[in-house]
Amino acid sequence: MSLFNYILRRLLFMVLVLFGVSILVFGVLMLIPPGMRVAAYVTSEKIPPNQIEAMIEAYGLNDPAPVQYFRWLGNIFRGDFGFSATAEAPVVQGFKTYFPTTLELVLFSAPLVILVGIWFGTAGAVNKDKPVDHGIRLFAIIGYSLPTFWLGLLLLMFFYGYLGIFPPGTLSNEGKDVIFSPEWNRITGLLTIDGILNWRWEIVWDALYHLMLPTINLIILSSALIMRLMRSSMLEAMGQDYIRTALAKGADRKTLYYLHARRNAMLPVITISGILLAGMLAGMVITETIFTRKGIGWWMARAALQLDVPAIMFNVLFLGIVFVVINLIVDLVYAAIDPRIRLG
Amino acid sequence: MSKNNDSIDKGTEAGNRSANAAAVAGTGPSVRGAAAHPRLKELGFSLKRLIKNPLTIIGLVIILFFVFLAAFAPILAPPPRPFDPFLMPHNGWQIQPSPPSAEAPLGTLPSQYDILYGVIWGTRNAFRIGIAVVAANLLVGVLLGSLAGYFGGIFDEIIMRIADIFYAIPILVMSMALVVAMGRGLKSIVFALIILGWPTYTRVIRSEILVIRDMDYIQAARASGSSHLRILMKHILPNSIFSVIIVGSMRIGVTVIIAAALSFLGLGSDTGYADWGQMVSTCRNWIVGPADNRLAYWYVVFIPGFVIALFVLGWNLLGDAIRDVFDPKMRRR
Repeated sequence: MSLFNYILRRLLFMVLVLFGVSILVFGVLMLIPPGMRVAAYVTSEKIPPNQIEAMIEAYGLNDPAPVQYFRWLGNIFRGDFGFSATAEAPVVQGFKTYFPTTLELVLFSAPLVILVGIWFGTAGAVNKDKPVDHGIRLFAIIGYSLPTFWLGLLLLMFFYGYLGIFPPGTLSNEGKDVIFSPEWNRITGLLTIDGILNWRWEIVWDALYHLMLPTINLIILSSALIMRLMRSSMLEAMGQDYIRTALAKGADRKTLYYLHARRNAMLPVITISGILLAGMLAGMVITETIFTRKGIGWWMARAALQLDVPAIMFNVLFLGIVFVVINLIVDLVYAAIDPRIRLG
Repeated sequence: MSKNNDSIDKGTEAGNRSANAAAVAGTGPSVRGAAAHPRLKELGFSLKRLIKNPLTIIGLVIILFFVFLAAFAPILAPPPRPFDPFLMPHNGWQIQPSPPSAEAPLGTLPSQYDILYGVIWGTRNAFRIGIAVVAANLLVGVLLGSLAGYFGGIFDEIIMRIADIFYAIPILVMSMALVVAMGRGLKSIVFALIILGWPTYTRVIRSEILVIRDMDYIQAARASGSSHLRILMKHILPNSIFSVIIVGSMRIGVTVIIAAALSFLGLGSDTGYADWGQMVSTCRNWIVGPADNRLAYWYVVFIPGFVIALFVLGWNLLGDAIRDVFDPKMRRR
C-alpha cells in the first residue's frame, strides 16, 4: 500500500471515529434533563424561570433523540456551542480566553517531560541492575503511583508555603496590572510569547516563574511512563546482533549505545509521546485546578461543579478531537519513519 | 538458590514429559519425586519468583496492610453510628484543623473530622471502588473481546470500532461529563468508570484470542465436534485470561487514582464521608499555615494523599510483579 493510500484510509477512519465520538458525547448530553440542557441554547446570562418551559418547547428539547442529534450537530458545525455560565460568555469565546494558558503549560513542559524520560530511561538501560538503574526504576514507579493533586499540593505547601517562592496562578499582581493595561497587545494569548512580542521581559520572567511548579509536577508524574518504555526499548536495542557485532569489533561502547542503539530505541517513544501529550491535556483538569491557572482544565473543573453543561460538552468534544488527531499524526510519523508499518 | 531455580527451569519440560509418560503407562508417581502435577509445579515456580523480588514483597505487605485495615475497620475505629460507618465522626464544628493529639492520633480535617477514622474507613471505600470497577470492566471486556476475537467478522468490526470511539476520549474528562450528567456522588463515579473502562480489556483479550484461535488444537477441538461455547470456555479462555488479569491488577491503582481525582474535584461524596479523594479536597485551603509556622497544617495535606499514594503504589508493585511472573514472555528471563 502506498503512503498516499495509507493516509487516505487513516483520514477516513478518523472521520468515522469523530462521528462516533459526537454520538457518544450527545448520548451523555441526553442523560441530562431538558431543563438543564436548555442552557446550551441561551445566549444571554440569565433566563427567567418561567420561560424555561417555553424555551424547551421552542428549541425542541423534547423531540425524538435523532432529530435533536442532527440539530445539535448542525449547530456545532455553525460554531454555535451555546453559552457558558462559568465563562460568562459564549463557549467559543470562553475557549479563546482559556486555551492559551493551557497551551503555554503544555508547550513548556512536554519537551522537558520527554527529554527527562528519554535521558533517565537510557541511563537506566545502560547501567542495568546497577544502583542508578534501581534508583530510576523506583523513581518511575513512585511517579506512576502519586496522585497528581497530592504531589501538586505538597509542592505548593513546600515551595510556596514554606519557602515563599513559586506562587500559584499565572502572573503576579504587578504582571496582571501590565497585561490589563491598554498598552499591552494580546497577540497569541501565551504570556511568554506575548511578553517577547511586546518587549516586556518582566512579564516573560514572571510567567516562567509561575510555570516552574506545574512543570516540576508534570515532569515527576508524566516522565515515568516514557522512562519505563525507553528503558525496556533501549535494553532490547542493546541486545541486537549488530550492536554485539560492533562491540566485538571494538567499537566504542558509549558511541554505540548513545548514538546507534538509542536512535533505534526511540521509535516506540514517539508513539507514547503523542499519547502522553493528549494525556497531559486531559490531566490539566487537575493540574490547573491545583495551581489556579485559568486554562481549559480549570474552566472545565468549575463547569462540572456548576453544571455548566455547554462548557463541559465542548471541552469533551475538543479533547476527543485532539486525541484522534494526535493519534493520526503519530501513526503517520510512525509510517514515515518505519516503512514496515505500511507494508503490513 | 538461583542455581537451583535454573535447574528446575530446565527440568520442567522433561519433568512434564516423564509425568505424562508415567500417567499413560499407568504407573504410580513419576521418577522425579517433586513432580506432583505440572500445574502445581509451575505455581510453585511462580511463587518462588514472586518472593525473590524485594519490590513484590513491599507491594504485598502494603496491600495486606490495607486489607487488614479494611477487614478490621469496625474494631480499629469503632463507628459512633454503626448504621452509617462511612460518616466520619467529628468533635465540634471548629473550621481550623487540630494537630495530632491523644484524641485524634493523626489530627483532624477542617470541621474536626478525625483523619485516622477517615483513613481506616476510606480503605474499605477504596477497595470497593477499585474492585467493583475492575471486576465489572473485566467481565464486560472479556465477554466482548472473546466475541470479537473468536467469531471475527461483523462482530469484531462493530465491537472494536465502538472500542475505538471510547478510546478516543480521555477517561478522566469523559467520566467528569458522565458524573455531571448522572448527578455527582461516588455511585456515579463508579458507574462512569464501569461504562468507560472496558475497551482496554477488550483489546488485550481479543489480540490474545486472535493468536490462539487458529492453533492446531483449537482446529482439532472443532473437528471433533466441540461447540463454540465449549471451545471458548475450555480451550481458549484458560489460555488467554491471564493477560487481562494482569492488566486488571495493574488497573486497580489507576482506577482508585481517577476516582480520587474526581472526588478531589468535588464530584464525589459530600464533606464528612470517609473517602480519601474527598479528604484531600478539603485541605486545599490549608496549604499555607500561619506566619509563625508555615507548615502548621501539614497533616491535613500530607496524610490522606499519602494513603492514596501508598495504596496505589502497592497495587502497581504487585501488578508489575504479577506481570513479570505470569506473563510467558517475561517469565523465563
